Amino acid sequence: MELFAGLQVTWWLLLGVLLIGLGVMVGMDMGVGTILRYVGHSDVERRVALNAIGPHWEGNQVWFILGGGALFAAFPLIYATAFSGFYVVMMLLLWTMIVRPLGFEYRSKIASPRWRNVWDWSLFVSGAVPMVIFGAAVGNLFRGVPYSFAWDLASVYTGSFLGLLNPFAVVTGLLALALSMMMGAVMLLNKTEGMLYQRAHKMAGWASLAAIVIFAAEGVWVGRIDGYRLVKAPAPGILQTPLMQMVTRAAGAWRDNFSAHPSLYLVPALGFLGMAGVYLATRAHRNLLGWWCGALAWAGVIGTAGAALFPFLLPSSSDPSMSLTVWNASSSRLTLLWMLGFTVVFVPLILWYTSWAFWVMRGKVRAEEIAHDEHAY
Amino acid sequence: MVNGTVVDLSRVQFAATALYHFLFVPLTLGLSFLLAAMETVYVTTGKPIYREMAQFWGKLFMINFALGVATGLTMEFEFGTNWSFYSGFVGDIFGAPLAIEGLMAFFLESTFVGLMMFGWGRLSRGQHLAVTWLVALGSNLSALWILVGNSFMQDPRGAVFNPTMMRMQLRSFPDLLFSPDAQSKFVHTSIAGYVTAAVFVAGVSAFYMLRRRHLELAKRSFRMAALFGVMATIGVITLGDALGFVAARVQPTKLAAMEAVWKTEQAPMPFNLIAFPDQKERVNHAAVQIPDLLSLLVTHSLTGTVPGIDALEKRAERKIRNGIPAVEALETLSQDPGDAAARAQFDAHAKDVGYGFLAQRYAANLAQASPQEIRRAADDTIPAVAAIFWAFRSMVGLGLLMLAYFVMAVLFTLRNVVQDRPRFLQAAVWMIPIPFLANECGWLVAELGRQPWTVFGILPTWMSVSDHSVGYMVFSLAGFLLLYTAFIIVEMVLMIRAIRSGPEPAHGGPVVHVAGAQEPHLGG
Repeated sequence: MELFAGLQVTWWLLLGVLLIGLGVMVGMDMGVGTILRYVGHSDVERRVALNAIGPHWEGNQVWFILGGGALFAAFPLIYATAFSGFYVVMMLLLWTMIVRPLGFEYRSKIASPRWRNVWDWSLFVSGAVPMVIFGAAVGNLFRGVPYSFAWDLASVYTGSFLGLLNPFAVVTGLLALALSMMMGAVMLLNKTEGMLYQRAHKMAGWASLAAIVIFAAEGVWVGRIDGYRLVKAPAPGILQTPLMQMVTRAAGAWRDNFSAHPSLYLVPALGFLGMAGVYLATRAHRNLLGWWCGALAWAGVIGTAGAALFPFLLPSSSDPSMSLTVWNASSSRLTLLWMLGFTVVFVPLILWYTSWAFWVMRGKVRAEEIAHDEHAY
Repeated sequence: MVNGTVVDLSRVQFAATALYHFLFVPLTLGLSFLLAAMETVYVTTGKPIYREMAQFWGKLFMINFALGVATGLTMEFEFGTNWSFYSGFVGDIFGAPLAIEGLMAFFLESTFVGLMMFGWGRLSRGQHLAVTWLVALGSNLSALWILVGNSFMQDPRGAVFNPTMMRMQLRSFPDLLFSPDAQSKFVHTSIAGYVTAAVFVAGVSAFYMLRRRHLELAKRSFRMAALFGVMATIGVITLGDALGFVAARVQPTKLAAMEAVWKTEQAPMPFNLIAFPDQKERVNHAAVQIPDLLSLLVTHSLTGTVPGIDALEKRAERKIRNGIPAVEALETLSQDPGDAAARAQFDAHAKDVGYGFLAQRYAANLAQASPQEIRRAADDTIPAVAAIFWAFRSMVGLGLLMLAYFVMAVLFTLRNVVQDRPRFLQAAVWMIPIPFLANECGWLVAELGRQPWTVFGILPTWMSVSDHSVGYMVFSLAGFLLLYTAFIIVEMVLMIRAIRSGPEPAHGGPVVHVAGAQEPHLGG
C-alpha cells in the first residue's frame, strides 16, 4: 500500500505544478488583458500588447484546461464537490473565460473603434475576474467550504454564494490579481518598446510591491483563523472515503506543518524572494530575469498554500470530519499509475515544444509588422 | 430526494452546451487536415496559389476555432459543476481520458495553432508544414480521447464497482482504450468532421465561382474538397454501420429506439423506412416498411433478430428486482464497511446494482418497492423512441444526400466543368448547413439513445446530477443562452465578412518578423 500513498503525494505535488503553470502562464496572459487599457492608450499600442502574447495564449490556456482534467482524473471528489459547490462562481468564471478567446481572435477583425473598445473591456473583465476567482477559491480552502456527504457520497452544498466572498478569500483573490498583473507587465517588458514599455515598467513595480504586502498580510492573518486538524483516519495509502475520519478545527492550525517542519518556511521565503526579484530586476531592466522571478513568486505562493493545507484539499466547514484530503479524495492506484505514465512522457514534451514556440517568436513585437500581417490580432 | 425539474434542466443545459460546442468541433477536425493537405501541395510543388489557399482557409479556420475552444472550456468543467455525483462515481475512469486529452492533444493543438498563424514569416517551409500537421494531429487526438471517455458511458468496459468506495474503479486501461465502441465512434466522428469541412470548403468555393471571383483558388479548393469529401462520406457511412453493429450488442434499447421496434418478430425482420412511433400505445403509425432489410442491416444476416422494446422492458424489470438487494446492501456497507453478510448480498446481486439505483427514484423504501414502482422504473429504461428514430433517419438521409452530392462534385470537377454549372454551384452553397445538421442528429441518436443512463446499465441520469436549486439552474441556463446567442451572431457576421472579402490580394504577402533594434512607430 506504500506505493499508493506515494502516488497520492506525487499527484498532490503534480497538482501543485499544474497550478503554478496555470498561475504563471494563464496569469500572465490574463494580466496583459487586465492592464491592456492602462498600458495601451492607442489602438496600435493595444494591438502590440495583444500580439506580444498572441502566438502563445492558446497554448498557455491549456494549463487551465489540463488543471480541470487532471483534478478530475486524480482527485475526482474534489473536482465534483468543489465545482458544484462553487456553482455560481464557477459560472462567472466560465462565462468570463469563454469571452477571452473571442476577445483575442475577433477584436481586430473589424476596424470600428466601438467594436474594438467593447472587446478591450471584455479582455479586461476576462483577465481580472477569473484571477480574482482563482485566488478566492484558494482562500476559501483555508476557511473551509460548507458541504457534507450523503451515505452514497452524493455531496450536498449548504452554503450560499455570498459566503464564498469572505474577506480572507477576497484578499487572496487580490493577491492572485496582483501577481497576474505583475507577470503581464513583465511579459510586455520583454516584448515591447516605447511608451508601452514605460507604462508596463511602472505597472510591474507597483504590482510586485502590492503582491508583497498582501502576501505578508495573509501570512499574519492565517495564524488567527481556524485551521483544520486530522485527528483520526485510516492510515495513508489505505482506500478510504471521507466518511471514515475525524477532523477538528483550531485557531492557527494552518501553521501546524510549519511548526513541525520549520524548513517549510523556505517556501514562503522563496515567494517573497520572487516578488522582490521582480521588483529589483525590472528596475534594472533585466526583464528576462524578472520573468523567472515572477515564476518563482507563483511557485512560492502556491507552495505555501499547499504546505499549510496538507493533507487537506477541501476542508468542510459544516462537517469538518467529512473534509476531503489527499488520502480520501484520490483516484485508485491503477488510475494514478497510468496517469503518471502519461505525465512522465508528455509533460517534458510539452515543456520542450512550448519553449521552442517562444524561441521562434522571440524578440520585440513592432507596430509596423502588425499593420502588414493579416494574421495578427 | 432529487428534484425532477433540476434533472431535466441539467440535461437541457448539458445537451444545449454540447450540441453548440459540436457545431464548431467537426469543422476544426476536418479543416485542419485540409489546411495541412493544401500546404503539403504548396511545399511539394512550390506553387504560391496553394499557400494562398492555406492562408485563406486558415483565416476562416481561426474564426471557427476560437468558438470551439471557448465552448470547450464549458464542457471540461460542466461534469463537475452539474454532474457532481457522476464525476465522483466514475472520475477514476472517465477523468483519465479527459486529462490525457489535455496532455497529449490540447497542448499540441493549441501551442502549434499559434505558430501556424503567427509563424509564416519566421519558420522555414518545412517547419511550418510540420506545425500545420501537428495542429491537425492534435485536434484529431483530442477527438480520440473524448470519444474514449464517451464510449465508457455507452459501454462501460475496463472498470469494476468498488462497494467500499461507492464508485467505479479502473480495472484495465487497455480495455477502456480499445473498446469497440470507442474505436468505431472515433473514426465515425472524426471522419464526419472531414465531411463537414469538405462541404464547407466546396460550398464557399462554389460561392466564388458563382460570382466569378478568385477563380483559381476556388477551383482548386473545390477539387480538393470534393475528392476529400467523397472518400470521407463513404468512410462515415461504413463506420456508422459498424457502430450500429456495436449498439446491437451493448445497447439494445438504443437500437430498438433507432428502428422503432416494439416487438421482437421472426427473422428476417422488416425495416421501418418511415413511421410515427407512439410511445404510449407502443405502435408505429403509418409505417412504410421494407421486408427483411432490418435483419440484414443490423445483424448482417437474414436469420438475426432485433429484440423489441416490450421484451427489453421485461428484461429490465427482472434486473431491477435483482439489483434492489445490491443497493440495500450498499447502504448497510456505508455504515459498516466490515459487514460480511451485506458484502455477500452485494456480491450476489452486484451485476444489476445500476438497475437497483433506477428503482430508488420511485421507491422511497427499496425493501417495500411495489410492483407499480418497479414497472415505472422499468418503463424508464426505454428512451424517447420517436426522437431517436427521426434523428437517426435524418442523419442517414443527410449522409446519403452528401454522398450523392460529392459523387456529382467529383465528376464535374474532374471534367473541369463545375464552374459552368451554376445550378449545381448554387446547390453547393445551400449544402453548407447540411453536415452540421447531420452531426447534431448523430449526437442526439448517441446520447438520447443512452438514456436513462449516464453510464449505460450502471448509473442512472437522475442520480448523476448536482444537487442545485431550480433557481441556480435557471440562472446558469439563461446565462449560457444569452452568451451563446451573442457568440453565434458575432461568429456568423465575422465568417460571412471574411468570406465576402475573400483571400487577401497579393500585396507583398506576410512580413518577415525580425528581432531588431529599430524604433517602433507607436501612437499612430
